[in-house]
Amino acid sequence: MNPVSPAKEILVVDDEVQIRRLLRLTLEAAGYAVREADGGRAGLDEIIRRAPDLVVLDLGLPDLGGLEVLRQLRGWSRVPVLILTVRAEETEKIAALDAGADDYLTKPFGAGELNARVRAMLRRAPTESDQAIATFGDVSVDFSARVVRRQGAEVKLTPREYGLLKILLLHRGKVVTHRQILRELWGPKSEENTHYLRVHMTHLRQKVEADPHRPRHLKTESGIGYRLVEE
Amino acid sequence: MPDPRPDPDALLASLHRDEARARRGRLKIFFGMSPGVGKTYAMLRAAHQQLLDGVDLAVGIVETHGRRETEALLAGLPIIPRIRIEHRGIELTELDLEAVLVRQPTLVLVDEFAHTNAPGSRHPKRFQDVVELLDAGIDVFTTLNVQHVESRADAVRQITGAPVHETVPDPILDLANEIELVDLTPEALRERLAEGKVYLGERAATAAENFFKDTHLTALRELALRFVAERVDSRLRELRGTGPVKAVWRSGERLLVAVGPSPSSLQLVRWTRRMAAAQGAAWVAVSIESSRSLAPEAQRRLEQNLALARELGGEVVMTHDEDIAKALVRVALQRNATQIVLGKSRRPRWLAWVAGGNLNDRVIRLSGSIDVYLVPAERAAGKISPRLDWLPVERSPGREYGEVAAVLAALTLAGWMLMPHSGYLAIGLFYLVAVIVLSLRVGRWPVLAAGVGSALAWDYLFIPPTFTIAIYKLEDGLMFGAYIVVALVAGQLTARIRAQERNERLREERATALFHLTQALAAARSLDEGAFAALRQADSLFSAQCALLLNDGANALTPHFAGSFTLSDKERGVADWAWRNRRKAGRFTDTLPSAEGFFIPLVREDRSLGVLVIRVPAEAALTLAQRDLAESFALQLALLVEGEQFRAAGEREKLLAESEKLHRTLLDGVSHELKTPLAVLSAAAENMALADSPTRDRLAGEIQTATRRLHRLVNNLLDQTRLESGALRPKLDWCDAHDLVNAAVENVGEALVGHPFETDVPAEIPLFRADFALMEQVISNLILNAALHTPPGTPIFLAAGMDGAKARVFFTVADRGPGLPAAMRDRLFKKFQRGDAAKAGGLGLGLSIIRGFVAAQGGEVVAGENPGGGAVFTVYLPFTAHSVVPVE
Repeated sequence: MNPVSPAKEILVVDDEVQIRRLLRLTLEAAGYAVREADGGRAGLDEIIRRAPDLVVLDLGLPDLGGLEVLRQLRGWSRVPVLILTVRAEETEKIAALDAGADDYLTKPFGAGELNARVRAMLRRAPTESDQAIATFGDVSVDFSARVVRRQGAEVKLTPREYGLLKILLLHRGKVVTHRQILRELWGPKSEENTHYLRVHMTHLRQKVEADPHRPRHLKTESGIGYRLVEE
Repeated sequence: MPDPRPDPDALLASLHRDEARARRGRLKIFFGMSPGVGKTYAMLRAAHQQLLDGVDLAVGIVETHGRRETEALLAGLPIIPRIRIEHRGIELTELDLEAVLVRQPTLVLVDEFAHTNAPGSRHPKRFQDVVELLDAGIDVFTTLNVQHVESRADAVRQITGAPVHETVPDPILDLANEIELVDLTPEALRERLAEGKVYLGERAATAAENFFKDTHLTALRELALRFVAERVDSRLRELRGTGPVKAVWRSGERLLVAVGPSPSSLQLVRWTRRMAAAQGAAWVAVSIESSRSLAPEAQRRLEQNLALARELGGEVVMTHDEDIAKALVRVALQRNATQIVLGKSRRPRWLAWVAGGNLNDRVIRLSGSIDVYLVPAERAAGKISPRLDWLPVERSPGREYGEVAAVLAALTLAGWMLMPHSGYLAIGLFYLVAVIVLSLRVGRWPVLAAGVGSALAWDYLFIPPTFTIAIYKLEDGLMFGAYIVVALVAGQLTARIRAQERNERLREERATALFHLTQALAAARSLDEGAFAALRQADSLFSAQCALLLNDGANALTPHFAGSFTLSDKERGVADWAWRNRRKAGRFTDTLPSAEGFFIPLVREDRSLGVLVIRVPAEAALTLAQRDLAESFALQLALLVEGEQFRAAGEREKLLAESEKLHRTLLDGVSHELKTPLAVLSAAAENMALADSPTRDRLAGEIQTATRRLHRLVNNLLDQTRLESGALRPKLDWCDAHDLVNAAVENVGEALVGHPFETDVPAEIPLFRADFALMEQVISNLILNAALHTPPGTPIFLAAGMDGAKARVFFTVADRGPGLPAAMRDRLFKKFQRGDAAKAGGLGLGLSIIRGFVAAQGGEVVAGENPGGGAVFTVYLPFTAHSVVPVE
């Protein structure tokens, strides 16, 4: 993010040499140090030896599937992982996110999209305590006082709406799956009650978005979940 | 014969036999005149020799009877453990057929060919086990005594006086590739017996006295030798049949034997078989069923007799007729029989007359040029009452006699009161009318009773002198005599007419049932429908539960859902057997007769398609006619299944042709669609390096457009493939219409540039269930289609809403373009259909994918005209409201 400080190291795990080269070009242009691995096992080795700051992981690896790499990895590392997938693999995306991936990117993707994801993931995960007030657009959230303001005026949120907003804020820029939210807000038994989430999201958008039907910040990720986008 | 060419039929038959033999295992029988000659010993010696030659053999079952030499021989051979079967508290051990089939040795030893298996075994007889082993390609060594040969059983009984219970049908013996005679002189055998080598202890003494008398042994030995010699002769004849014909073949002769429920029919059948064998002629066993139903015991016996005929190689013909003699001659003429074999009747003449005439006399009268043999039946054959074979069983004779008694009593009372006014002669007429009316209601015997009873009552109570049997006046006597004759004849006549009527009715019923069945099957659009109709008809027709099992294509039987009961594992086993062996099994058959159901395989031209199972309540039974009908049902079902298979094959062929066409279109389309953007990409990339900065930006834009086009193409191809492979499994979840529209519009991206775009989605539209990703694809495809097929600058509208009345959600995309050409309407949603006016781009998959995706979610898509010009596409999805969400 800041090219002056020692460059963040990103490991690209993909079996396609062209994709690796393209990612290297794009990421190095953005000021990151890039290492490559051409398979799942090589990737795991590299993570153990180099402890990179971020891993870009292709799901369709020949030797050890991306999902399996992720499962093994999550046994001992919290390194942020960005998944690369092709379209029509919603189930796999969700499985990867549930297995501990932090975000995903669908091939083919643009350079801008990639950089935005990487930036969001490399930002140190904010916590309630070290960030008393979070803002996006014209909305500010005061975590200590549990107060939400839009254009300076206080917005009344129900506890669930506040909880929903907080989860998205804590993962700002990153996708949060329906399941993750439902489990956190309603408990593990409510994972099927996705309509709860839809209804509360509609209410939340009505309260914090300028045009609730065309949200700018509380974005829907098709079939996966929601993402809070700052701009 | 002037033409020395081989008879083609004989050649064919011989070929069939050779072919069948090549596939089957080889059967070798160690044949002897009596127990104790050393058959088992010889078999074991031969087995040892085979073992030395490296043959993979196993002992299926060998009885040593405690003989030491035999036991010693058995020691070195691999043995398959016997199966234990418990029957009435006694544990019996039998050949474990399944284990042998699983172990698949090259050769298996199975002692005592004629043995009867313990109840509950797969086959009643061990020789049936052996046939199955041979069918499975396993060679078998077995042992057999001459007394157990079906066609010799009578002779042995006459020699020794001891009845033979276990017999092996002669056609089974025809399966043997080799029969080795184990010969021993009677003296040597008696010596062995004395030394205790045959039977141990006391049994030896009794056996020696009875069975092993010298005279008996000599006769038995001769019988055994002759049997083996005859077989050599018949093998020779068989071989000669394939060479040039030298002698006149006598098979012009054909014997026909009448089989009834009487035990003497068994002998008749055996006699016919012997005659036929001696003449080299074919023979037919005929059973004629009349409308009189048989007692269960008689029915069972009849089946046994027919089963024997079948086993002995006779053709069994069953037919229905009231007149047995006529029917016999009819069948004889149909089958070109030259000789009819009948049992000599032991029935007294008057009884024969009452029963409708002497059968034998009538057959002889009707038979014309056909020879008729009358074979005396032996009384000793069975203790069963001779009445059994013809006594009809009426539905409830007790009640009918009661009815007769009641009517006569009432009439007598009325007559008593009328007597002073009408005189006794009129009362006789009343009685006569009553008897005739009764004959319309009750059976033959109650009518007879009514005739006699009323005659006596009239005489005793009314004809003077009353209260005596005596009649004084001549005219009264004549009156009385005439009365008796009229009453009896009228009763018999009406009874006969009624029987004929009933028979007609039964025939009518069968014909109607078959007619309805064929009609239902013809009307059935699918196998399932037909099977359902057929099984329900069978259910009611046989008052039974019916089920159908069909070959699932993977060489296993699967029950059809239309069955009215679920088969147990055991029944599945029986069905499987019937299916694999293409033979009927279960009740009323010789295979697994203890099963509850009747299993009929559906066979068409050598292919076994499935099994029809009819489960009749234990106390009820199916008559011959019903079983015939059941077989007709099975045949109709087989035709149906076969038809379905043909249809499926045709369909596959059509599909293949279609897919070929599809491949061509695909190849043409795809190559064009791929090459255009690729050409752009390669040219742009090449020029990139040389171009100046503004050109470079424009080239980058071209690359972007080309990439997007490629991307869309690949996605469409993938989606179509997903749809066609059936891999599409929509994940229905609650969706927000606003979210969906936003995602779809975002997805379309810059393709919309140049088209004014408006959306109209009501703010309060409820959540609905759909697969978000699929719906996103559907809506963006619709928008993209509108953008591609309309001139730039024309507007596109997107609306969503609720159709409350029909409980569905809709999404509409409308444009102001040229609209839909009428000619395109029908094939609009088919793949590879492109509008003629379409701008470059697209394989014509868009609408086909849309329809596929929408259908997968239970919805439909409709195309129409936009009033005022343009096209409208509307997607409808089923709607259900979600449960209330608590405010919290």
